[in-house]
Amino acid sequence: MAERHRADVLVSCLHGRWPELIPALQEEIERRGLAGEVDVVEAGCRGLCAMGPVLLVEPDGLFYTNVQPADVPELVEETLVKGRALTRLAYQEPVSHQAICRYEDIPFYSKQVRHVMRKCGMIDPESIEEYIALGGYQALGKVLTSMTPEQVIAEVSKSGMRGRGGAGFHTGRKWESTRKAPGDARYVVANGDEGDPGAFMNRSLMEGDPHSVIEGMIIGAYAIGAHQGYIYVRDEYPLAVKNLGIALERAREYGLLGQDILGSGFDFDLKIVRGAGAFVCGESSALMQSVEGKVGEPRPKHFHATERGLWDCPTALNNVETWANVPLIINNGAEWFASVGTEKSKGTKTFCLVGQIENTGLIEVPMGITLREIIYDIGGGVPGGREFKAIQTGGPSGGCIPAGLLDLPVDYDSLTAAGSMMGSGGMIVMDDHTCMVNIAAYFLDFLKEESCGKCTPCREGIRRMLEILTRITEGQGEMADLQTLEVLAKTVQSASLCGLGKSAPNPVLSTLRYFRDEYVAHIVDHKCPAGVCKALIEYYIIEELCVGCGLCRRKCPQEAITGERKALHVIDPAKCIRCGICHDVCKFDAVGVR
Amino acid sequence: MPRLKSLQELQKLRTQLQKDLDARIETNTNIIVGMGTCGIAAGAREVMHAILAELEARDIQAHVTTVGCIGMCHREPLVDIQQGDEPRITYGNVTPKMVPRIIQEHLVHGQVVQEWAIGRVAADEYIRKQEG
Repeated sequence: MAERHRADVLVSCLHGRWPELIPALQEEIERRGLAGEVDVVEAGCRGLCAMGPVLLVEPDGLFYTNVQPADVPELVEETLVKGRALTRLAYQEPVSHQAICRYEDIPFYSKQVRHVMRKCGMIDPESIEEYIALGGYQALGKVLTSMTPEQVIAEVSKSGMRGRGGAGFHTGRKWESTRKAPGDARYVVANGDEGDPGAFMNRSLMEGDPHSVIEGMIIGAYAIGAHQGYIYVRDEYPLAVKNLGIALERAREYGLLGQDILGSGFDFDLKIVRGAGAFVCGESSALMQSVEGKVGEPRPKHFHATERGLWDCPTALNNVETWANVPLIINNGAEWFASVGTEKSKGTKTFCLVGQIENTGLIEVPMGITLREIIYDIGGGVPGGREFKAIQTGGPSGGCIPAGLLDLPVDYDSLTAAGSMMGSGGMIVMDDHTCMVNIAAYFLDFLKEESCGKCTPCREGIRRMLEILTRITEGQGEMADLQTLEVLAKTVQSASLCGLGKSAPNPVLSTLRYFRDEYVAHIVDHKCPAGVCKALIEYYIIEELCVGCGLCRRKCPQEAITGERKALHVIDPAKCIRCGICHDVCKFDAVGVR
Repeated sequence: MPRLKSLQELQKLRTQLQKDLDARIETNTNIIVGMGTCGIAAGAREVMHAILAELEARDIQAHVTTVGCIGMCHREPLVDIQQGDEPRITYGNVTPKMVPRIIQEHLVHGQVVQEWAIGRVAADEYIRKQEG
């Protein structure tokens, strides 16, 4: 048996590094006259090599990591002479997070570039302090103290920023026209109406980082010379309204809104206007009517809002995402902003990824990313092993883009060329169980309800198109209908008063362009290839799969299924109402659709 | 609260707030619940109540704060736990039933519940990096 000592120092995880550590320990122990009492042992690996060299002092069980030769005198003094733990080097139970991947490595985030959304989900939206601590309102300070309004506009112009609401007008140019327009009062307005079903980018931004929108608006107001601004939010977004309200209040308390902001002599204040949730009020001129307290209806565009907008005064109206980009441009410079994106579409864009997609959520990607990257790399593809069929971008009045165009870069011009649009950023993914005629009818049904009715092409045109589409889905269509649809669509597109009417035929035109064979199948063969349109499908029992369990027979509400136990069952098409219950309940996939 | 009268005052305030934030991060345990509309719809409010009840029952000191949507709506409710200057650990699809185990293992024993954790992120570093 080895000689007994008062204490042992076990050194491990050296792995050939720090050869001088053990001699240094021995020397120091000898110097302090402890040589007979304390032994130094080189021990085996403790699996903490990353924290090596590791020292274990027995019998006290004191455990030290990352011990360097320079630490030796202090360590011997404290631990071996005075018998105290040296907390500086003591091992702390780590939160074992190494096996968990970093956010940047999660596939959902690895292809994203989060500029506008960088603080969403990271900071407390009710706390202006957190926003300021992380660099908030610095851009405003920079603008008010060291930039003229013209310089601000020049910087925004140089960045190539285009409106995030969908139309893609150059933000700098819009501000410049507003600044130059004659008139005393001017206004800035944020469009937070976001009426597209399945889109929630703006809501998340207003909820998660309201100060970024507010800061952008104050900068914009300074640039165009406005002293009053409005944030138009739909009342269906109660949390956004609440968080914006808190944010405005806190900003006023800090003197970031109101009189003489940051001692610069610039006055500006903001007000929240709650919208009642009409789709048309997302249209700029209807929105301004609504702010004025009038019925939300668009007006002809003989003159622009930049000259005669809110109360006939020059108005810069931008989407909330556009406003939230402004502080980034000021802080980091136009070149930084323009370094991301394509030649004509700069920066990043937020999208809502919904529908038949594995990772439903809110994403921010550089302009020019392909649809394939968005759907497969970020979205994780279509669930259930189904096949991707189409993606609709730009909300209900966007177009459906087929699988053949998956490598299309996502920017304003490419999407428009493909018959769709950027819109505010909704993306609805559809799988092979989606009937494109039915989906076109579905979107037109939404648009029919939401059409304000002020102009005839939109009010009547959408209705007539919907009637034809419904007829086709019921198997009553004729080939001549397709031509009528195209004529109607072109008329609505060219003659409607506002952008919503002009874009409403997109679902029809794009499905006719890319999925014409499905229309033909409905009309000529009286078949719905996706198996959706009830009038055109038939449920039947697949002979070789049916085991005669009788489940479908018992579940059928029409008693349309007959068959003996353990024998083949049969569906009577005359009684069947195509509810699909038999198809859903069959455990053997023995109910087919044709 | 004093009104800020110049950029210098804003910068001074920022430095101060940055220090406060760092101090809070270094010395405490933060539990961060995603409470955007998507989180609330997925049951984040119930999860937050379960967290508060569990902390109360075990007499554990921790900040519970709420944040907006981080984009991963398909994994809501999301709960992040941040201790010291360690990165935040995110748990996804959290239900009230999962809360006692997360608090027991993560906060009491210092062991991340690996099977429920979906990622880690150092928040302020992340924000600064994104800003370029």
